[in-house]
Amino acid sequence: MEKKWEEMSSDKKQEAMFEKWLSPPGIEFASPEAEKSYKQRVTRIKDAIQLKKLPDRVPIFLMVGFFPAFYAGITPEEAMYDYEKLYMAWKKFTLDFEPDAHIGSFAVPGKLFEILDYKLYAWPGHGVSPEHTYQCLEKEYVMADEYDALIQDPSNFFRSVYLPRIFGALDAFKMLPPLTDILEMPFTPLNLLSYGLPDVQAAYKALLEAGSEALKWIGYIGKLNTELTAAGFPNVIGGATKAPFDVISDTLRGSKGIMLDMYRQPDKLLQALEAITPLMIKMGVSGTKITGIPIVFIPLHKGADGFLSDEQFKTFYWPTLRKLLMGLIDEGCTPFCYAEGGYNTRLEIIKDLPKGKTIWAFDQTDMAKAKEILGDTACIGGNMPSALLSVGTPQEVKDYDKKLIDTAGKDGGYMMVNGAVIDEAKPENVHAMIDFTKEYGVYK
Amino acid sequence: MAEDLVSTLADLKEKEALKIVEDRLSAGEEPLGILNDARKALEIVGKRFADSEYFIPDLVYSGEILKVITDMVKPKLTKEAELKRVGKVVMGTVAGDIHDIGKDIVVFMLDVNGFEVYDLGVDVPAQKFVERIKESGAPIVGLSGFLTLAFDSMKQTIEAIKAAGLRDKVKVMIGGGQITEEIRKYTGADAYGKDAMAGVSLAKKWAGAE
Repeated sequence: MEKKWEEMSSDKKQEAMFEKWLSPPGIEFASPEAEKSYKQRVTRIKDAIQLKKLPDRVPIFLMVGFFPAFYAGITPEEAMYDYEKLYMAWKKFTLDFEPDAHIGSFAVPGKLFEILDYKLYAWPGHGVSPEHTYQCLEKEYVMADEYDALIQDPSNFFRSVYLPRIFGALDAFKMLPPLTDILEMPFTPLNLLSYGLPDVQAAYKALLEAGSEALKWIGYIGKLNTELTAAGFPNVIGGATKAPFDVISDTLRGSKGIMLDMYRQPDKLLQALEAITPLMIKMGVSGTKITGIPIVFIPLHKGADGFLSDEQFKTFYWPTLRKLLMGLIDEGCTPFCYAEGGYNTRLEIIKDLPKGKTIWAFDQTDMAKAKEILGDTACIGGNMPSALLSVGTPQEVKDYDKKLIDTAGKDGGYMMVNGAVIDEAKPENVHAMIDFTKEYGVYK
Repeated sequence: MAEDLVSTLADLKEKEALKIVEDRLSAGEEPLGILNDARKALEIVGKRFADSEYFIPDLVYSGEILKVITDMVKPKLTKEAELKRVGKVVMGTVAGDIHDIGKDIVVFMLDVNGFEVYDLGVDVPAQKFVERIKESGAPIVGLSGFLTLAFDSMKQTIEAIKAAGLRDKVKVMIGGGQITEEIRKYTGADAYGKDAMAGVSLAKKWAGAE
């Protein structure tokens, strides 16, 4: 009988999570070869992460936005509104390019956001053209004087203050009292009154409809995942979460708001970062429990070189990011930090992590330096430039690929990944990146 | 006294800087002098940013303090400030891309370095760039973009400038998270700036300011 989960060490938990990923329940592989390929691919990624055993070769996968849509000849708008087309395009992408893993799909159901009158993003047909990708509309959705409300009860703040601001259809949620007010028989009816109001009921109706749309969409995404797994291609993203600083800067206070808060109300900001950290850990862990895939995707934004001074990074960004990473590691998960921009000035700081437990994919970081500093600590990856994949030649891509494998890929602990999510790129360049890595990245 | 506001604001001491402004206003001082000092302070902020002594939050904060000072001073202002400008630049984030952080930093740095900047905002159609170049007669154009889709938008914008017969009248620089020399060639721009300071250097060179 295996030990109880809570009593297991994080090493044991990590092994158990990889074990689960290696043998996905309910999957009937298309052939014995497909099963073999699947296990080889998962093992390759696992070995690169753990820094214990040299993998058979450098693992390769792509962080794609709408590249599969462009490749299959459909627009981002079609991918977001026609789930059948989405499924076909994304499946075609993985089967045609044969990377070691895929990342599911960042193409989300457009109709869901229409139903809820979403304000936080512009998406094809709603603020950007059908050929363009969705983009976040950064604004001050949470005001400078609302930190206390957020810190005291984040969930209630989200439901009654934040969600009504980012979803037009949920405006009436402003009228809802905290759920914790529903106490004792005599107090209950008064606290349920607002649920009877026509506006609140209309908001709930919109939410139910949006939920149905999400279910419709996940049917296709689920089919995509199952079929790709059966064909031997693991999904590498088991869950997702965000660095607490990015949560507040990207979509609550805005970059400008949080930058001013660092000067004008640093203590409130620090308290808020602490308050949401456990929630972000839970968010990442819960994804991996549902999918059975141990890797938690964490896109990193506002901690990049230049965005914060060293001192600010050490004070405001890193402490809660580290807590988030440690919280995930304690549950056996493997955080996958996708550090956009440059991280050159942060390498010494982020080194303070247990060995073989994280993936750091970089965008514009000096990879030789990253290898030198983080090589004994973490699996690194990334740095293949989007620009090169878009306008370069296959030979240029191969040359860059070779340079990466020779420096960052030396002695394992490296994954070939593009440095920033790609939408438009030349298919022949993507082929060159994948095929060359498979050929040249073999460890002897 | 004057020195005080310049250094206090340059050191980002908001409360102290505002107190000095208040005192000087109630002492009946000419508001224009206060604004000139504030401007000098922001030039220092720009220099510190260029020297990697200051970072993006410092720029943002200094801009915010300046806004508060301007609001305090404005009601008492009798004449418009006349600033000596070294050149004109038309700036914007290209069509389809709505990212503004990078563009705003370049606009800030150009402004504190003496340029008159026509900031067209984000998701700017090519034709709008053309119109503003015509109206302003600006000899320098800055195209910003964060997403890979911006590569094509930049290329199309430069083609539109060419089609309008303006290509030999302007120098075009591009910049953004994923911009490289390959992208410069692809778009047909004259140069690309790796960061905001590189953008300022290019503009200065083209304006003959250095």
